[in-house]
Amino acid sequence: MTVLVLADHDNAALGAATLNTVTAASEMGGDVHVLVAGSGCAAVADAAAKVAGVAKVILVDDAAYTNALAENVSTLVVGMADGYDAILAPATTSGKNILPRVAALLDVAQISEITKVVSNDTFVRPIYAGNAMATVQSKDAKKVITVRATGFDAAAAEGGSAVIENGAAAGDAGLSSFIGEELSKSERPELTSARIVISGGRGMQSGDNFPLLEKVADKLGAAVGASRAAVDAGFVPNDYQVGQTGKVVAPELYIAVGISGAIQHLAGMKDSKVIVAINKDEEAPIFQVADYGLVADLFKALPELEEAL
Amino acid sequence: MKVLVAVKRVVDYNVKIRVKADNTGVDLANVKMSMNPFDEIAVEEALRLKEAGKATEVVAVSVGPQQAQETIRTALAMGADRGVLVKTDDEVEPLGVAKLLKVVADEEKPDLIIVGKQAIDDDSNQTGQMLAALLGWSQGTFASEVDLGEGTAKITREIDGGLQTIDLKMPAIVTTDLRLNEPRYASLPNIMKAKKKPIDEKVAADLGVDIAPRLATLKVEEPEARAGGVMVESVAELVDKLKNEAKVI
Ligand SMILES: Cc1cc2nc3c(=O)[nH]c(=O)nc-3n(C[C@H](O)[C@H](O)[C@H](O)COP(=O)(O)OP(=O)(O)OC[C@H]3O[C@@H](n4cnc5c(N)ncnc54)[C@H](O)[C@@H]3O)c2cc1C
Ligand SMILES: Nc1ncnc2c1ncn2[C@@H]1O[C@H](COP(=O)(O)O)[C@@H](O)[C@H]1O
Repeated sequence: MTVLVLADHDNAALGAATLNTVTAASEMGGDVHVLVAGSGCAAVADAAAKVAGVAKVILVDDAAYTNALAENVSTLVVGMADGYDAILAPATTSGKNILPRVAALLDVAQISEITKVVSNDTFVRPIYAGNAMATVQSKDAKKVITVRATGFDAAAAEGGSAVIENGAAAGDAGLSSFIGEELSKSERPELTSARIVISGGRGMQSGDNFPLLEKVADKLGAAVGASRAAVDAGFVPNDYQVGQTGKVVAPELYIAVGISGAIQHLAGMKDSKVIVAINKDEEAPIFQVADYGLVADLFKALPELEEAL
Repeated sequence: MKVLVAVKRVVDYNVKIRVKADNTGVDLANVKMSMNPFDEIAVEEALRLKEAGKATEVVAVSVGPQQAQETIRTALAMGADRGVLVKTDDEVEPLGVAKLLKVVADEEKPDLIIVGKQAIDDDSNQTGQMLAALLGWSQGTFASEVDLGEGTAKITREIDGGLQTIDLKMPAIVTTDLRLNEPRYASLPNIMKAKKKPIDEKVAADLGVDIAPRLATLKVEEPEARAGGVMVESVAELVDKLKNEAKVI
């Protein structure tokens, strides 16, 4: 069995979720190869070659892959598919964009966001916003799978010594082109890989109040997240959203502030190791999943918390 | 310009679902069903294109049992012109849905197909991308802005790091993210009018595509429940517990 992992990266660094995906691939048994498709991305291939458990890295360095356009990357992956029993990608927005296209071209059902490998054809994945866990067995000869990073430990970033091979590009499909990007810049850790996350909800009342939360985040070295209500109200950008349709996080510590605990929000954070909820409404459903609940006005509690840390 | 929108009938997002005691699936008996929330956004976007004079016709398609007709009626009541129901009582996986939608697209020849980014029951997030692959079209997934030009569409996408803008060659597939628009409610007169709008019915099994499931669901279980927590009285107590009991800070 040989498994191909599509690396998530920005041409400069290997995306963290790739490491968890390598673990899932290793659990399926057999050799793990990593495809790094991009341009000017040799450093990413070098990083991938050092990941423990990776046997081979295929580097395809071509302008067609600079921005990981789905039409171009899927053609490339499909062209390589013959040599592989399974193709995996992290369930990042990039993996979710590309992989179903690969699956359809191969006439294979994709298995989305697996959280567990039971055997090399059977997997566990959440459905209904994580309110049920389905164990599914694939009848397809080739498996196409996206991997939820929080379900697997990260493979060690150092210790491997895979060979790096150059692969041939498959051309530009000419269907789409990249115009631009507006990336949020933050000195804080990245939301999906942070050890501590503190999120604010509608209870924060306005974006102007988020500094109350950010000051606590800075004391804890935490990432800042938000509920959809907070994003919709324009308090913070969309990439802060935690939940069924936002990011899935499972940090050591998750602090929910002014968040009621709708199932769609819980879907994105209930696998956190320790959950703290601060809410002025003692009936708020978030308290049902919290290890530590504090009924308090957040405008009083947050400054106190900052002070106490 | 014709716009096709895909609408799926799913368990209403407010329903707290229950896993069946025999672990064969989720209990759907007497549960409120609604249009997938992302598909309401898809319908809304299509209607706005029509109102802006960019689209001439909006066709709503659903794959599902006879009751999926209600979902199509909802789209018609919002303002879609007509519907297509592809009937099947079997559960169809996203690959199968994409194949059926391709048959409809080959017949209808739309310039743009808008689907939701994700159905909130299976949480697959696949159908739009698969349909784009089968048609050989461009795709703009997780869209928070759609700007149609001449033969192109400029799409703003919600990605992990922020926002990305891409240009798509038409015909194209767009999948909707939550912030693309706020769907309208159907007014009573429009609900009445929708009853007269045509819905074309097809039988999935007659369309000549392989929609047999590729995945066998071996079991469906409740997620691991979290052990009950404790309430603390003050910030000081909270910090103490996090330091000395949970040892996470
Ligand atoms: C298809 C779909 C997908 C969705 N996906 C997501 C998703 O991915 N992520 C997500 O988060 N949501 C998602 N939602 C939305 C979800 O259903 C809820 O509407 C949302 O999570 C509510 O956010 P909130 O808890 O911040 O706001 P609210 O529910 O309004 O809660 C605000 C809370 O703040 C508390 N509060 C107010 N003032 C104070 C104060 N001064 N001090 C302390 N507490 C205070 C209140 O008691 C209340 O509990 C989705 C919905 C749909 C339909
Ligand atoms: N049975 C169906 N009928 C109509 N549209 C569907 C169906 N299944 C999926 N879709 C469309 O595809 C989108 C993504 O679904 P999924 O890939 O299942 O998460 C949905 O939001 C719908 O727009």
